Amino acid sequence: MVHLTAEEKALVTGLWGKVKVDEFGGEALGRLLVVYPWTQRFFDSFGDLSSADAVMGNPKVKAHGAKVLQSMGDGIKNLDNLKGTFSKLSELHCDKLHVDPENFRLLGNVLVCVLARHFGKDFTPAAQAAFQKVVVGVANALAAKYH
Amino acid sequence: MSLTTNERTIILAMWDKIATESEEIGRETLDRLLTVFPQAKTYFPHFDMNSRSAQLRAHGAKVMSAIGDAAKNIDNVSGALARLSEMHAYILRVDPVNFKLLSHCLLVTLATHFPADFTAEAHEAWDKFMSLVSSVLTEKYR
Repeated sequence: MVHLTAEEKALVTGLWGKVKVDEFGGEALGRLLVVYPWTQRFFDSFGDLSSADAVMGNPKVKAHGAKVLQSMGDGIKNLDNLKGTFSKLSELHCDKLHVDPENFRLLGNVLVCVLARHFGKDFTPAAQAAFQKVVVGVANALAAKYH
Repeated sequence: MSLTTNERTIILAMWDKIATESEEIGRETLDRLLTVFPQAKTYFPHFDMNSRSAQLRAHGAKVMSAIGDAAKNIDNVSGALARLSEMHAYILRVDPVNFKLLSHCLLVTLATHFPADFTAEAHEAWDKFMSLVSSVLTEKYR
């Protein structure tokens, strides 16, 4: 369960409205693979990940990043039921994809950096605090069905 | 863990930009830390909320000065931060998890101030550099 105050919800939905989901998603996933290269272990089929430029320009990274962030957007529309929203994805990540949930935390923090980079001063400490709660909530929801 | 030549170049280039407003970067980093991760306030019981901004600015300047020392002595961060390493081990005893939180808040602050310079490569270099600084500061803990 994620507990955001009314102000925090307003901050989150306000900023999210300005997010270019496809663009930011590709950037977030790309940065994950560059900053934490061991995360590339899940993406052997993605082709050239040999340099930061290769990763950030890789069309499969961009496409997959867009998918991931669209999913995050679903979460933001359903902050009161993250576990329900991510239940199927949680099972998928455990049973088929075998992704360590630590990776969700890493991606959450990378996403916060991407939002900061794009929103600058608008990404106030209060806005960051609200988004950190969201990314932790999403990470926990994605880990909830692990066994 | 050691930094590549490319990472060192990136870190020093970014440091040149940070240095021109290091007090503000330090203040904002700490403000983010204490706002986003309120449990970190337990290390600052002496901070008074009314003069929070002045206190954050003063302490932030100290933190950034140390990070600058590390950047300027990047071949020997252990040596550059030896005194601070002892201080953290024997006097401050900040739980190691907080170094990750502070590092993250610094990266967020850099992203907001230097969006064009905070490339994926710079993000990686600074995350790794702060990880190195953190491990130096905790290396005498036990």
